[in-house]
Amino acid sequence: MRTSFPGSSPDQPSLPVVDAIVVGASAGGVEALLKIFRTLPRGYRLPILAVLHVPDQRRSQLAEVFAVNLAIPVKEADDKETIKPGTLYFAGPGYHLSIENDLSLSLSQEERVHHSRPSIDILFESAADAYGERLAGVLLTGANSDGARGIARIKEYGGLTVVQDPAQALARTMPEAALALHTPDFLLPLPDIGSLLVELERNAC
Amino acid sequence: MHQERDADIELRLLIEAIYLKYSYDFRDYSGASVKRRVAHALRQFELKTISALQERVLHDPSAFMQLLQFLTIPVSEMFRDPTHFLAIREEVVPLLKTYPSVKIWIAGCSTGEEVYSMAILLREEGLLERTIIYATDINPRSLEKAKQGIFSMENMRGYNENYLKAGGKRLFSEYYTAAYDYAIFDKTLRENVTFADHSLATDSVFSETQLISCRNVLIYFNKKLQDRAFGLFHESLCHRGFLVLGSKETLDFSGYKNQFDPLVKLERIYRKS
Repeated sequence: MRTSFPGSSPDQPSLPVVDAIVVGASAGGVEALLKIFRTLPRGYRLPILAVLHVPDQRRSQLAEVFAVNLAIPVKEADDKETIKPGTLYFAGPGYHLSIENDLSLSLSQEERVHHSRPSIDILFESAADAYGERLAGVLLTGANSDGARGIARIKEYGGLTVVQDPAQALARTMPEAALALHTPDFLLPLPDIGSLLVELERNAC
Repeated sequence: MHQERDADIELRLLIEAIYLKYSYDFRDYSGASVKRRVAHALRQFELKTISALQERVLHDPSAFMQLLQFLTIPVSEMFRDPTHFLAIREEVVPLLKTYPSVKIWIAGCSTGEEVYSMAILLREEGLLERTIIYATDINPRSLEKAKQGIFSMENMRGYNENYLKAGGKRLFSEYYTAAYDYAIFDKTLRENVTFADHSLATDSVFSETQLISCRNVLIYFNKKLQDRAFGLFHESLCHRGFLVLGSKETLDFSGYKNQFDPLVKLERIYRKS
């Protein structure tokens, strides 16, 4: 497990090639996600799929809020749409988001997981099924333990796993629950996670 | 990944066995969700592999009926997405009133919440008496529950809020009798409702209809099966008939996109072109 990621420098660890990134966050997640995704340059080519726990209202402004703040296209995930490179997808409120084996998206209203729908575990586990080792999973701040099982599954299937350093997370329950289940490849503060995502893309594309 | 591929093979064989033996066709359901539900069923059956589950359901119809309860998703509520029902009340009902009699098909009615919601709305609009509602589902236990019209009392507060936001004109509590922890719904609401077993995957159209409501069913289908369902709806609907879908379901990615016009796009209300 590495606890820093130096960005572009000669002592940078070698990274695997991935086809997609999945990200999960809860309490404190908006700020954390903005911080990470702001580092992504225009023309970034990896698709990113994110679950951020939100109140169970009918419509969410999440995609709009991020769209005006980021250089990459952002949208709420639609049922049966094909994943496009370089797009950030948010799971909408009230539905779980899964990735199918043909790399399309699907929504469902199964039971809540850790009181949450959308659930990070469901996105991560289905992503691990669909992408296998060519996947990076990132788990951030949060006040419940959703995502722990999912990120362990990503690791089990050979993917790259990143957990936010709980000492620096606004809410440490979520990263700590993940650490209790598995040892991630990286345990990082937010700026380093941003650099890592930038480097993953350079490496993959 | 090797273990996983085995599970994928087993899952396909299970789905095939169910189809061959019981004619329930889950072959074109969205895979990720089916996989999760089978995994959940495995834990409940206390079985280690999907193959073991396959053996069990193949030789024991009651075990299949148990598994079916996991494979179908009975997540529903009354007046779910209240603004959707408000739009039906305001935009669709005035047009439905121009028909001497109305037939409505609620496809995938599960345990009946949508059926009672629709019946209440139609009664308040003076349409229920000249309407026939066909409420269909593949799960006989859900249909049985829908027929009884008995729901948990603890949900009534939330349903009442939905009802009011949906433009409800009376007191929601007028529609049910409280008995211990249950709300028993007024049985006159279902006088014109026919509950029937029908599969969007294997059955065909049974009646001409003026309105079809199929909400949060199509998300569990792949595109091919979604198109089959849209084909059935198109065939069943009369000229300019109404199709209403769940808040995350759309005709946009379907081959039937150009055969329907959006009436209230945000609320997923369409009209046959």
